[in-house]
Amino acid sequence: MPEIRLPARLEHLEPLMAFVSDCAEARGFSGKRVQEIQLATEEALVNIFNYAYPEDRVGDVRILCWNESDDTLVVEFRDSGIPFEFDNLGTPDVEASVAGREIGGLGIFLIRKMVDEVDYRREEGENILTFTLQARE
Amino acid sequence: MEITDRNQDDTVVVSVKGRMDAISAPEFEKDLDARIGQGETRFVIDLAELDYISSAGLRSILALAKKVKTGQGMLHLAALKAPVKEVFDISGFSSIIPIFDSVDAACR
Repeated sequence: MPEIRLPARLEHLEPLMAFVSDCAEARGFSGKRVQEIQLATEEALVNIFNYAYPEDRVGDVRILCWNESDDTLVVEFRDSGIPFEFDNLGTPDVEASVAGREIGGLGIFLIRKMVDEVDYRREEGENILTFTLQARE
Repeated sequence: MEITDRNQDDTVVVSVKGRMDAISAPEFEKDLDARIGQGETRFVIDLAELDYISSAGLRSILALAKKVKTGQGMLHLAALKAPVKEVFDISGFSSIIPIFDSVDAACR
């Protein structure tokens, strides 16, 4: 099963994103869909970079991807950082004006829009964020 | 990502080429903050050659919009490619920052 593992730092964003793009391309997703998956991937990774390992803690992020059934790709992001408050994240107010609009909150929102199914679980000290992607056009 | 600025009458046209992601968005913010520091208040961001934008890019553009509003200036976006427009639409940014098909239309 293809896997990549690198320290959870912004400087490693590009190779981590390229790994997921390669998996999606190999699965036959269109250029447009690969780009949408890239966006969701960046958002997931930046969240891990910013929140998983606070203060002086260091750690890795691992990404695994595999095919399930004829047209489904699963991408799993794993880190051994602090628990991720997935369900407590608010939804940005997409109707707010410039003045009322908050700077944060967009990452998870965009992930949910770009990925068919997003799941989170915590297992044996790891955060596991799973994208399930249907090849659809 | 490449950023080039030019002046068109009283407006600064900022052309952004490539991808605006978590790594490159700070560079964009720095460039625009410098222009604001020089007293510029009217901006058109030319996105004809921007292929990709993530929430980091949106955040930088929103931060710019708030600063421009404070200075009672103008921020318009021009020539968004389809994938970039999609992200602006989904996030609701299309309805709060004026978007035009061309730089000329955005400058008026």
